[in-house]
Parts: sequence; structure tokens; C-alpha cells
Amino acid sequence: MRHHARRPWTFYALAMLMTLFLLFLYGPMLVIYILSFQGPEGGVTFPMVGTSTFWFEEILRPGQMANIPAAFGRSILLASLVSLLTVLISVAAGMGFRRRFPGSGLIFYLAVASLVMPSLLVGFGIGLGFQLFGWQPGLFTSALAAQLTWTLPFGLFAMFAVFNRFNRAYEEAATDLGASAWQRLRHVTLPILLPGILGVAMGSFTLSYDEYARTTLVAGNRNTLPLEIYALISSATSPTLFAIGTVTTAVSFLVIGTTLALVIRLQRRRAAALR
Amino acid sequence: MSITQPAEHAALAPRPTRRRRLRLSPRLVSLLQVGPLGIVLIAFFALPTLIFLVVSFYDYDRTGIYPDFLLDNYRELLTSPATLRLYLSSLQFAFIVWGITLFLGFNIAWFLVIHVRTRVMRTVLFLLCAIPFWTSGIIRTIAWIPFLGRNGAFNSALMDLHLIDRPLDFLLFSPFAVCVTYVHLFTLLMIGPIANSLSKIDPALLEAARDAGASRWQTMVEVVIPLSKTGIALGSILVFTQVMGDFFVVKQMSGGQSASIVSALATEIQAMQYPPASASAMLLVLFVALMVAGMMRIVDIRKELVR
Repeated sequence: MRHHARRPWTFYALAMLMTLFLLFLYGPMLVIYILSFQGPEGGVTFPMVGTSTFWFEEILRPGQMANIPAAFGRSILLASLVSLLTVLISVAAGMGFRRRFPGSGLIFYLAVASLVMPSLLVGFGIGLGFQLFGWQPGLFTSALAAQLTWTLPFGLFAMFAVFNRFNRAYEEAATDLGASAWQRLRHVTLPILLPGILGVAMGSFTLSYDEYARTTLVAGNRNTLPLEIYALISSATSPTLFAIGTVTTAVSFLVIGTTLALVIRLQRRRAAALR
Repeated sequence: MSITQPAEHAALAPRPTRRRRLRLSPRLVSLLQVGPLGIVLIAFFALPTLIFLVVSFYDYDRTGIYPDFLLDNYRELLTSPATLRLYLSSLQFAFIVWGITLFLGFNIAWFLVIHVRTRVMRTVLFLLCAIPFWTSGIIRTIAWIPFLGRNGAFNSALMDLHLIDRPLDFLLFSPFAVCVTYVHLFTLLMIGPIANSLSKIDPALLEAARDAGASRWQTMVEVVIPLSKTGIALGSILVFTQVMGDFFVVKQMSGGQSASIVSALATEIQAMQYPPASASAMLLVLFVALMVAGMMRIVDIRKELVR
């Protein structure tokens, strides 16, 4: 590759920009993580009046926050289901899109349109539909559907990127060696795609877990965590909100970290096998 | 799940032991594989859109909505000065944020793809940019409140450094705060597609341009930007549509000074005025669709994404 002895001045300028951007990205989030450990006497801004886990305990105390743990459970369940469906549907669709087929253009542009559609309108349309048909909106019906219109295009485009780097020669070799279509899928295609599939699973999980705008009009009478948080913003002016933010971000980081660790392990093992 | 499984099985020979008993044409296999996606998108995206198209012509009163074919909802919407004001305000935000995210996104993508030498470093830096995107947008939005507030971290820091002697008031609950939050939330949408385009450029082309005597700037304008226009267009579409479709950030961060198209629409929905809300929704959908179609004329996104 390009190995210049000296870096051009643009390198230093851009490295500076990158650093500032990362500070910009993480700075405000760090502020709320720190403030969530505010002492019991402290408020929503600096200075810190001692440190405590008081505001975290507040989440579990019965009262104003009573719905938070239940909503958290529902969010995890819904996100798992969305993630599973997104993987199954978008991996299959990604494979299908490797050939031209009648209607491929239509589905492609539907996916693009679904991705750029103002989020609230998706929920509005589904909610209206449910109302016209006389159905009751619910978390695992209308809200699930609304979230899929967001995670599926994301999953599909991620699979396009995965398949762009996929070498079909492996599949052809498997066929030449006498593998059936099922064996080829099970032992060749899916293992090669696995890191990408894990990425889609993680991405759709976190998208669903944090989704607000598409879900809000169609969640029915049981809220997800983001909806509960949204309801709290206007009413709660204590660091509890930051504590919830810290916890929910920690959950996201846990999911991201686990996925990354899995992908890195897979790639290490693969590199070792090739050696 | 039950939708996809049969498709997968039918598509790929039914049993490993009896190979190739069932031969489906490749096109049919593709159709079966894409089928579940198509069904979901048609049932939960295309159909609901059609529903609010239909409802936008309905009549309504305080108790319900009634099938009809009225143009009143559109007439009121299009003749109301509020509509123009909302669109101008949202467009203003969209253009400012687009400009900033494009500048940041392009330069950061360029840095990641061209300047960073090792793959590990590139992956780490890209992940650092991407990880916040996978966390809650609501939390990332309200995170700016203790940061930008009158007694917030930023003002305190400036005061401690003696750069200012009174806290700056315009930082929070202002159009400034709205723009900052948008840039915070959406820059990744620009970095991703542009980095993807840049990584496909053959480094030999850049060498060739330099050998032919092009300056850094000329190489950028004549070679790099034309070759990355797909990424730029894709990122622009994503950022632009996100800003136009937002209602949460404007509501939280403007302190009531600005409204967005969708926040006004949400108010109508809460008042159960579904037909006028549907008409507003249709107008926004048309507007966004035209803008996106305009940008897609510049580049063939499909050719770029599906090899």
C-alpha cells in the first residue's frame, strides 16, 4: 500500500477533525453517565454533590418509575423477535437479490422508500389501517410490523454489502464436489456469511430496542422502554432520567460488545484455519 | 418465522439425501427468497401509505371519520400560511444540517479510508463513530441538555477558562441546539455511504492523477468527488429525510421556538383529526419522494448496492 515516509499536512488536519468529532460524539453522553451517579442531594447539572447509586435505586423503587422494569422486559422481548425475523427475512432476500427476477425493482424501491419514509407516518398508516379493520393495536402485532419496516430495509442493505464481498466460487466448488443445495447453504454459504448475519442481528436488535417514532402510535396499551422514557422527559427533572439513560446505553453496549467479540473470535478462528 | 421457513425449504432442495428431485427455476427460487420481505413491505408499508392517501379525502367531525371524496383537507392545508412556514423552517434545518454533515462525513470518511494505514485502526475508528448510532436517540438527544444548559458543562468550562464572563444563553432550547443534536445523531449516515464509495476507488487512480501533475485539490475535485458521488447522494438522502421526518428533536431542543412538519402532524393525530393529518402526511410523502427521486437521478443507487 501507500507507505510514505512523511504524512502530508492534510493528515494532521483530518486527524484533528476526527478527534474533535469523537469528543463531540461522546462528550455529552459522558456528561449524563457521570451525572447519573449524582449524590441524593444533587440536581440535573454540575456540580456533583457527592456520588451515589441513589438514582439507579430510584428506578426500581415503586412509584413514578413503576413501569420502567416491565417496559424494559417488553423491549428486550420485542427487540429479540424483531432481530430474529429481520435476520431470517433479510438473509433470504439478500440471496434472492443476487439474480434479477420479476419484481426485483419494485421490492428494491419499496425498501428504499420504507427506509426514507418519515418514521411517525409509518406508525400512523399502520394505526389507521388497524382502526379501519377494527383491530386492536398491540406490541407484537402493529408495533412489530412498524419496526420491521425500518429494520428490514436496513438488514437488506447490510446483506447487499455482505454479498458484495462474498466470493461465489466457494458455492460453485461446493456444488462441483456434489453438495446438495441444502448442504451448500448449511456448510458453505451460511458459515461464510455468519459475521455479517451477526451484524444484522445486532443492528436490528438495537434499532428495535431504541425505536420510538414508528412505535409510539401503534404500541397499544403496553409501552416499550423508549416510550416510557419519552413520557418521563417532560415530567421527571431528576437525575433518574440520566440513570435510566446510563442503564439502557449499558445494555446497548453489552449487545454491541458481545457481537463484536463473537465476530472477532470467528475471524480469528478462520484466519487460524487458513494458516 | 412461519412465513420464511417454507420458502427456504422449497427454495433449497427438500432433503439432503434425495438430491435435485425438485428443480425450481432460479427466478422462482429468487422470488421465494424475497417473498417474505415483499409481503412485509407491501402489507405494512405500501398498504398503510395507501390507507392514508384514501383517508386524506375523508370527511370528519369530533366523533369520527366518514368515507367521502373531499378536497377540503388539501385545500386547507395548501392555503394555510402555517404549512409554508413549517416547510421553510424544516428545509432550513435540513440544508444547514446537510451542509455540516456532508463536510464532516466526507472528511472523516476520507481520513478513515485513505489516511489510516492499518485495517485494525480503521475498524476501531469506524466502530467508535458507529457505536453511538446503535444506542438510544432519545438519550443522545437529552444528553445535550446538561451539556449545553445555562449552568451546563460547556458554559462552566468556558467560564472556568475565562473565555466568557456570563453563560451563553443561545446554546440550549434554540435552533442552534436543534442543529447540534441533528449533526450528533445523523453524521454517521453520511460517513458510512461515503466511506463505502471511497473504499472502492482504486488507489492507482490517485497516483495517476498525481503523476499527471494534478494538485491535491484538483485530484479531489476531478477524480475523488465524481467517483464518490453515489455515497454522497445516498448519505444526503438519509440525512435529508431524517431531518424532514423528525419531530422529537425539534420538540425537545428548540424550547418551543420551532415546530417541524411532523410535530404539527402529531398534534393533529393526537386531536384525532385523521383526515387533515393524512393530507399533511401525503404532502410530506410527496415532497420527500420528489427530493429523493431528484437525488436518485444523479446516481443509480441500485446498481451501486446490488452488484
